Amino acid sequence: MNSMHYLYAAYIATWVIHGTYLFILVRKYSRVRKEMESLRK
Amino acid sequence: MKRGFPLLAIVTALLLSFALYEALIAAPTEQTMGNVQRIFYYHVPSAWTAFVLFLINFVSSIIYLIRRDSKSDIVAFVSAEVGVVFCTVVIVTGPIWARPVWGIWWAPGDIRLTTTLVLWLIYISYLMVRRLSTGGKTPVIAAVVAIFGALDVPLVYFSIWFFRTQHPSPVIGGGGSLDPRMAHVLLINWVAFLCLAWLLCWTRYELEVAKRKVEEAQALESMLEGSR
Repeated sequence: MNSMHYLYAAYIATWVIHGTYLFILVRKYSRVRKEMESLRK
Repeated sequence: MKRGFPLLAIVTALLLSFALYEALIAAPTEQTMGNVQRIFYYHVPSAWTAFVLFLINFVSSIIYLIRRDSKSDIVAFVSAEVGVVFCTVVIVTGPIWARPVWGIWWAPGDIRLTTTLVLWLIYISYLMVRRLSTGGKTPVIAAVVAIFGALDVPLVYFSIWFFRTQHPSPVIGGGGSLDPRMAHVLLINWVAFLCLAWLLCWTRYELEVAKRKVEEAQALESMLEGSR
């Protein structure tokens, strides 16, 4: 593997970590929203 | 969400794009390591951002123990969670840089690497305490764990000053010389990551407030049903 592959791997890994966290937040948000709607009913 | 949120989101996206361009294209290539040194522009700002977030967690935990208000408890929780995300970036990008430069992924027993891993594990434990512990004492236990956990932050930062380590010397005040253009790119990336951290903390804070309101309403509803 040349050094560029390591560079891309590090940058992609960083954005995968942040993307995964954002995905978790979106899922939590939709769950809370559903619970709020069921409470209103 | 408040009106400033979309503005912060736009500013963060622009800053992150500009910082990425600066790190990959505009920054000069380091003579010894070559392009792999550019990992430094993500690795170091992520570490500094994690330290800032763990400091916020430490201060909020102390405030919580004094005042016992839910706001400082939520701030402590949110800053620890987002701090763990940034610390994960540090733990992952470090070995990716080390493999081509040192020839190994991890240097077992190295003080900087070990203390950083311990720091990450401490805050993972903090989040586990918050998730798994039940009862009214959870925020108090978590605040105490956070205060002890924060003691590892200066140990991580100053470990490369006082101990022999394979890790490169400190960027600021460590005696090494950093090219001013590299320092400029490093600073831009740090500002961009701080904005991202702020955005994530804001989102997580609002979400936690909403979640606690739902839980309160659900508890009230079940109490009312039980009394009928």
